[in-house]
Amino acid sequence: MNPSLASIGLLVYITGSSILAYLHPQSTLAFLLFEASLLLIYYSSARPGVKFMLGALVLLVLMPILGFINAYYLEISVEVGIYVALALGLNIVVGFVGLLNLGFVAFYAIGAYLWAIFGSPQANEFIAGGFFPLASYWFFVFLILSIAIGAATGVLLGLPVLRLRGDYLAVVTLGFAEVVRALVNNLDKPINLTNGPKGISPIEKPPLFFQPVLEFFGIQVTTAKLYPLYFYFLVLFLVLGIILVTRRLEDSRIGRAWKAIREDELAAAAMGIPVVRMKLFGFAVGASFASAVGVLFAAKQVFINPESFTFMESIGVLAMVIVGGMGSVPGAVLGATGVTILNLQLLKGLSLWLNSLRQSGAIVSIPFLGSYALSQIPAQLEPAKYERMVFGLILIVMMIFRPQGILPPRQDQRK
Amino acid sequence: MDLALQILPQVLVDGIVLGFMYALIALGYTMVYGVLEFINFAHSEIFVLGAFVGVETLFMLQSAGQLATLNPAIVLLLVIVAGMTVSGLAAMALERVAYRPLQGSPRLVALISAIGASFFLQDGLRLFESLWRNTFYLTYPTLDILDRTVPLTADLVVPVKSILVVVTALIMLLGLYLFVNRTQMGTAIRAVAQDPDTASLMGVPVNRVISLTFFVGGAMGGLAGVLFGLNYGLVNPYSGFFPGLKAFTAAVLGGIGNIPGAMLGGMVLGLLEAMAGSYLSILTNGAFGAEYKDVFAFVVLILILILRPRGLLGEKVREERG
Repeated sequence: MNPSLASIGLLVYITGSSILAYLHPQSTLAFLLFEASLLLIYYSSARPGVKFMLGALVLLVLMPILGFINAYYLEISVEVGIYVALALGLNIVVGFVGLLNLGFVAFYAIGAYLWAIFGSPQANEFIAGGFFPLASYWFFVFLILSIAIGAATGVLLGLPVLRLRGDYLAVVTLGFAEVVRALVNNLDKPINLTNGPKGISPIEKPPLFFQPVLEFFGIQVTTAKLYPLYFYFLVLFLVLGIILVTRRLEDSRIGRAWKAIREDELAAAAMGIPVVRMKLFGFAVGASFASAVGVLFAAKQVFINPESFTFMESIGVLAMVIVGGMGSVPGAVLGATGVTILNLQLLKGLSLWLNSLRQSGAIVSIPFLGSYALSQIPAQLEPAKYERMVFGLILIVMMIFRPQGILPPRQDQRK
Repeated sequence: MDLALQILPQVLVDGIVLGFMYALIALGYTMVYGVLEFINFAHSEIFVLGAFVGVETLFMLQSAGQLATLNPAIVLLLVIVAGMTVSGLAAMALERVAYRPLQGSPRLVALISAIGASFFLQDGLRLFESLWRNTFYLTYPTLDILDRTVPLTADLVVPVKSILVVVTALIMLLGLYLFVNRTQMGTAIRAVAQDPDTASLMGVPVNRVISLTFFVGGAMGGLAGVLFGLNYGLVNPYSGFFPGLKAFTAAVLGGIGNIPGAMLGGMVLGLLEAMAGSYLSILTNGAFGAEYKDVFAFVVLILILILRPRGLLGEKVREERG
């Protein structure tokens, strides 16, 4: 399509969908249409400069404005952003290097607990002096620290197990995640490190260092309204940073080595690729992303407990990567967005709808079968509680019918 | 130290019971791994399905008023046969739906499909029980005979249910051993495990053999499920996760693909776990206790894979198929 025509079309679509989302603040559909504009921008034939401008318009201007009016949108966006970042991290391990990591959530938990312990009074339990919680600006120090610690744990776990064959590795990583969860759950004694199943709260939020600037311009915003926006931008920059790093890695020697290992380990080794070192590096990069996201998650939630880091969570992120297409960055973004919204919105929406049907007391008559009182819909039938079933179906169906995912990586398309 | 010695016989009994259960489940993993070379992740759900079929059968007998009047041996036989049959058939169906369409694709693909199947079955079972019984946490009805105990020595009193587990498991393991080694179908299974292509050239119907393997492995898992339920009483759709993973560990410990290995691995792991559960707290002065017994198996798994990846009885595993 003609590039300028495409740009105009995009602009029209963006305007239309954002007005729609503005007019219908409760409608998930309007919001989805608005979010789809990013995908359209990515795949349109408009010039790169125009794409960049339009993307910036959507992410930096329109989304915050819509979110400011309707805080729920921001909440979803932050949640989606967190999963996008996790999916991008797992995509490196599963998609690029071809290692099935079923315990990805462990690194996420490590990052989250890192900030939770030191960013709350919890650390006073084992370090005397009452230094804790650390001042909020330490958040950024920990964000960077978590990258190093995530990478270090990735290497520590990877060193013994990366020599194993793929399916063993999957189970070992799963086991590692369970070990981490058990430790977090039980290390409230002998020394109270993690406060056990009760979890840790309150966790410091990142500092509002820009508030004086806003006040200087005479903008008065309550912190309650400011924080969601702040987290939105933090997540956005984290995701953009991760995408940038992933892209650069993908096109580098390292990225090519990863893909060579994924396609044929023996051949890669014969070509002189240091297989174990490259695998370790991929493992470490993925782990460091997850760990950084964990820090952000802890700060956003204010309260965390081991419940947030179950096997379920690892599988959810895996489903996102697989739906999008293993080894594809836009795929991981799309998969994470799609699955999160499915989970947060569609399933919950369906539950609410069933509930309202139940309460309406209406009676439906079906020809030949008699009538059925809607109030008799069993209370146990709550789609929001069956996310495992949904994830399971997604995984099976994708593997049978489209193992390469919705947006497979470009190399595959060229074949 | 006195305390440690005093509880030792009890710990050993618990460990042996646990070990037989792991051995039964591990057989399903190992047999499927033998013929298809992939981890049947959904096997833990086949195990749970057995436990649910067991409790449903008991409920059915109960509502028919037969539970108290029938001979307990017949009741147990009925429950076990029902659990084994349904689990075996379910495992066959699972293979047909989720794995057979993937034959020839990379191993990762089949593994992911298996994980999907596992999750789907967990919630499927939950949905069914929620609609059917309005709860998905079920308790086995008590059977008088199972709650009795047999005093072996002055210190050691063994509950009948432990004896039931050991005896049933022994019979089944022996039967399986004879089946695999002495019958034509068993030979076919071993042939496919060794080399599917050659087996197929020799006239072995490979797909039928794979189905059969799933049935036998699933039936063993179902039996383990029924025994689990009879022994511990409580089941829910998610209770297969840990036993499943531990049984997998047992299979790896014994040498995956190796049937006697799975039995040995299960026994070793069961004993180790029972000891860890009882002695960890004594050894560390209460700093670390039984709450770590679930992760103990993973530590064992990681150690074996590092130190002896082929397991205790593992021979050279067949070269990867191209």
